Amino acid sequence: MNNFQYSRATDVTDAIRLLAANPGARLIAGGTNLIDLMKENVERPSRLIDISRLPLRKFEETADGGLRIGALVPNSDLAYHPLIEQRYPLLASAILAGASAQLRNMASVGGNLMQRTRCAYFYDTATPCNKRNPGSGCSALDGLNRNHAILGTSASCIATNPSDMSVALAALNALVHIAGPAGERVIALTDFHRLPGDAPHVDTNLGAGEIITAIELPSRGFAQNYSYLKIRDRLSYAFALISVAAALDLNGNAIREARLALGGVAHKPWRSLEAEAALRGKAATPDHFSHAADLLLQGATARAHNGFKIELARRAIVRTLTQAADATPQSQSHKKIA
Amino acid sequence: MNAYVGTPTSRVDGRAKVTGAAKYAGEFPADGLVHGFIVEATIPRGRIARLDTSAALKVNGVLDVLTHANRPPLAGNDEAWKDEVAPEKGSPFRPLYDDTIKFSGQPIALVVAEDWETAKFAATLVRVEYKPSSFATDLEGERSSAAEMDKPLKPRGNAAAALARAAVRHEADYVIPTEHHNPMELFATTAVWDGGGKLTVYDKTQGVQNVHKFLCAVFGKKPDDIRVVSPYVGGAFGSGLRPQHQVVLATLAALALKRSVRVVLTRQQMYGLGYRPMTIERVGLGAKSDGTLDAVTHEAIAITSRYEDFARNDTGWAEQLYKSPNSRFSHKLVHLDVATPCDMRAPGAASGVCALECAMDELAVALKLDPIELRLNCYSDRDQSENLPYTSKQLRECYARGAEAFGWSRRNPAPRSMHDNHELVGWGMATGVWEALQMPVAVRIALTSNGHAEVSCAASDIGTGTYTVVAQVAADALGLPIENISVRLADSTLPQAPVEGGSWMAASSAHAVLAAAEEVRKELLSLAGKMPGSPLANAELADTVLIDGNIAGISDHSRAVSIADAMRHGNIERIAKEKLNHFDEDKKHARNTHSAVFAEVKIDEQLGVIRVTRIVSAVAAGRILNTKTGRSQIMGGVVWGIGMALHEETVMDHRFGRIMNANIAEYHIPVNADVHDIDVIFVDEPDAHINKLGVKGLGEIGIVGVPAAIANAVYHATGKRIRRFPITLDKLLG
Repeated sequence: MNNFQYSRATDVTDAIRLLAANPGARLIAGGTNLIDLMKENVERPSRLIDISRLPLRKFEETADGGLRIGALVPNSDLAYHPLIEQRYPLLASAILAGASAQLRNMASVGGNLMQRTRCAYFYDTATPCNKRNPGSGCSALDGLNRNHAILGTSASCIATNPSDMSVALAALNALVHIAGPAGERVIALTDFHRLPGDAPHVDTNLGAGEIITAIELPSRGFAQNYSYLKIRDRLSYAFALISVAAALDLNGNAIREARLALGGVAHKPWRSLEAEAALRGKAATPDHFSHAADLLLQGATARAHNGFKIELARRAIVRTLTQAADATPQSQSHKKIA
Repeated sequence: MNAYVGTPTSRVDGRAKVTGAAKYAGEFPADGLVHGFIVEATIPRGRIARLDTSAALKVNGVLDVLTHANRPPLAGNDEAWKDEVAPEKGSPFRPLYDDTIKFSGQPIALVVAEDWETAKFAATLVRVEYKPSSFATDLEGERSSAAEMDKPLKPRGNAAAALARAAVRHEADYVIPTEHHNPMELFATTAVWDGGGKLTVYDKTQGVQNVHKFLCAVFGKKPDDIRVVSPYVGGAFGSGLRPQHQVVLATLAALALKRSVRVVLTRQQMYGLGYRPMTIERVGLGAKSDGTLDAVTHEAIAITSRYEDFARNDTGWAEQLYKSPNSRFSHKLVHLDVATPCDMRAPGAASGVCALECAMDELAVALKLDPIELRLNCYSDRDQSENLPYTSKQLRECYARGAEAFGWSRRNPAPRSMHDNHELVGWGMATGVWEALQMPVAVRIALTSNGHAEVSCAASDIGTGTYTVVAQVAADALGLPIENISVRLADSTLPQAPVEGGSWMAASSAHAVLAAAEEVRKELLSLAGKMPGSPLANAELADTVLIDGNIAGISDHSRAVSIADAMRHGNIERIAKEKLNHFDEDKKHARNTHSAVFAEVKIDEQLGVIRVTRIVSAVAAGRILNTKTGRSQIMGGVVWGIGMALHEETVMDHRFGRIMNANIAEYHIPVNADVHDIDVIFVDEPDAHINKLGVKGLGEIGIVGVPAAIANAVYHATGKRIRRFPITLDKLLG
């Protein structure tokens, strides 16, 4: 860990000012990922700007029936909030599929969006990594890549985004509220994270000096027919090999609308409007789910060790959609897969 | 008397542990304490071309940066560095000795600063340039260079011919990856400067006297100059048998700075220590058509470092366990640019028996036999390797009791025949075996006239329950309530004990307690016999017993004198006796523990997700000193076995020669969600030969057989044989 300066932001404007004035500074809230990265010398911030005491912990109902959630709401408060449990159980389920109770207590909503990949080469400063050290090369391409991306990869990087929460947010068409030197703006969660392209060191579209102030959930929560299924190498406390967020609006057995997002497969939560459109108006049957899975996985490519993810994702998508259609969402406490 | 032995006595150190009163090596305070942080090599082989510490030294609070270039003297001969557990062959690693890099993660500098954070920061400023050499870290890639150990086990008959003519034959490679111990407590040493070149060293270790002798030899110290203390150890599982880097570095820095120094490894740095070596286990089994074994071959190829030959008994278990007229065994090593492996719970057996018991399952399938029936067909009441009877062997009873508790008779033998909704259900079983070793141990008992006794011994308690069993045996032997016994352990100045390992400490320390207690009783009898009108005036020692605070006739407890009276009459406040116990050499028996392990797995048919829903472990290990801590021991072993079957794997990128999952998040062990019902059965196994109490030890047997039972259950569930561990879900897809 390097030596760093420390400032406590007094309000959002102050945080933005401090960020702008200190290139190389990082915001810190729960610190559950940043501190680890600092211990490994992956992140070496010149200054930490502590935003943990800013008043960004509110739940507010929006005019169009949605919900606006402050960026500093702890993950566990979000997962167990009655409005989330009732109206957005997909989000609650995805959060509870991640990390441990202790980490969820510390981790903030905004920080969750900002967490960085778990690629082993990104963490090991003795190995090349384009994300950590641009231009040094990608060790995962021809190295150990069992956990790596199968969609949206580039010749520079095949890392995945590790968040569970973001996968549900993507499926729910969540919005990200951002404040910065140029004022406030709102972008879709699906536009928040980037694909690696030739600049894998840039994880998100957050601009210089910008800060996440809230996420916003539109009114539709798909509380009747949803499921979040996470497949991993042990039954808890492991990052996803594949995760699927599925939400359906059903009229009898007919699909009025479908939402589908994948985790563990790409540099960002993976959605395909084409796959979702293909389900619209169709019966909720395994055949149709399977077809949607094929569309969602179009273009999937594997390296030496992660080929299994393509077939696993296909099967997991069908299963998750089936769980959603049957209104038997995957429990995050009972590990048997329904 | 057995008021305590054999009962579920709670840990006597439990309260100290849960309240935080128990202090561990990295927690002992010292005046003027400073902190060391290790800089590690990032290449696996080569030399240090340049080591620039100037930037680190400029950091406020940094006191020194020790390297091979500026360190105080260290012994230059291998003998000094060979601790009591060091491999026979080789030249032990010497931290900061010279500019040679032998493995990635090797310590190459120690930054010492006023506080740990400063040391850690300054460590990032140490600049290292290497002269790298070509290297190899891949066992499978270097398999062709495997070389036979010096002393291969003696073959029996002609295994090759027997295999060739076998009615049913099974031969396969089973691959067990490298695994790291990951005890909860990080390796740590607090070296307290006592002045005049003397040190008290608080170290995380399984053997304080081993570390003491090692430090004296390495630093050229007299025995009185160094005292090593380790009252509590937060798990070690073999990783603390040999003195580790941090104890050398903390001692080195304390001597260099003439100050107290603490060095605590990070979790990541723990992956620079020893590990269970990756092995390729090739097992061949040949059966006659009547379902008996005619040939057993087992070849193990294991990783070791280039500088030491570490090898454990992977193959001998097959040799002794099953009747087979023909057998051949060999253990080969491949020297790679890695740290030397070390013992890890049931070293050799956990890996070797895993392969053997998977192979036995495969043979049973080929013979269309129930796997228990095959094992009973070649059941041996004698150790096959030495042709000796066992002191006791109730393995047959383990099979019967375990099968009954598990419901084995309801098993449909056809793979993929049992279902639970989306899940395939699999039932598998395996045999477990370990040695029942015992070692010389000395114990001192100091009995005071108020009926309290202090029992002391240099043995460690690595979380296994040594404090508790010593207290139980002492309470019974001295006829006192257990509350009146205080136990002191793990101080190099206390009576002699070997490292705590090999499952030998319970039996060894218990009998040392008995021996010392007999000396106390002798003294008490002499005092009591001299009292006027003593009911024990003419009693022989063998006719007396200590019970309820009295010394009494063994057959008539009313012929008694209270301990207090006897000591008062003799005008003695304290009786202190020390006794070194040796076990009689018995070359006429084999000494082993056994188990039968039954596993149920449920596997999602489409997704491959595996749940181990039930384990029954029936254990025959002589008399169980403490059924509560004993059960915990076996449960811990079973959980580890689940990890070995499904999760544990140290992953290395051979292009860099570096471990890529050197942390507890990515190196997977079972979490609570992975652990379901575990039923431990202790089979009654009276043993009149092994030792007075009939005790064998439980440290390792709990893990042996578990990975194979699970792998066999996975086969039964899915019809897929996974011979490359761990069994992860990707191996079941397709």
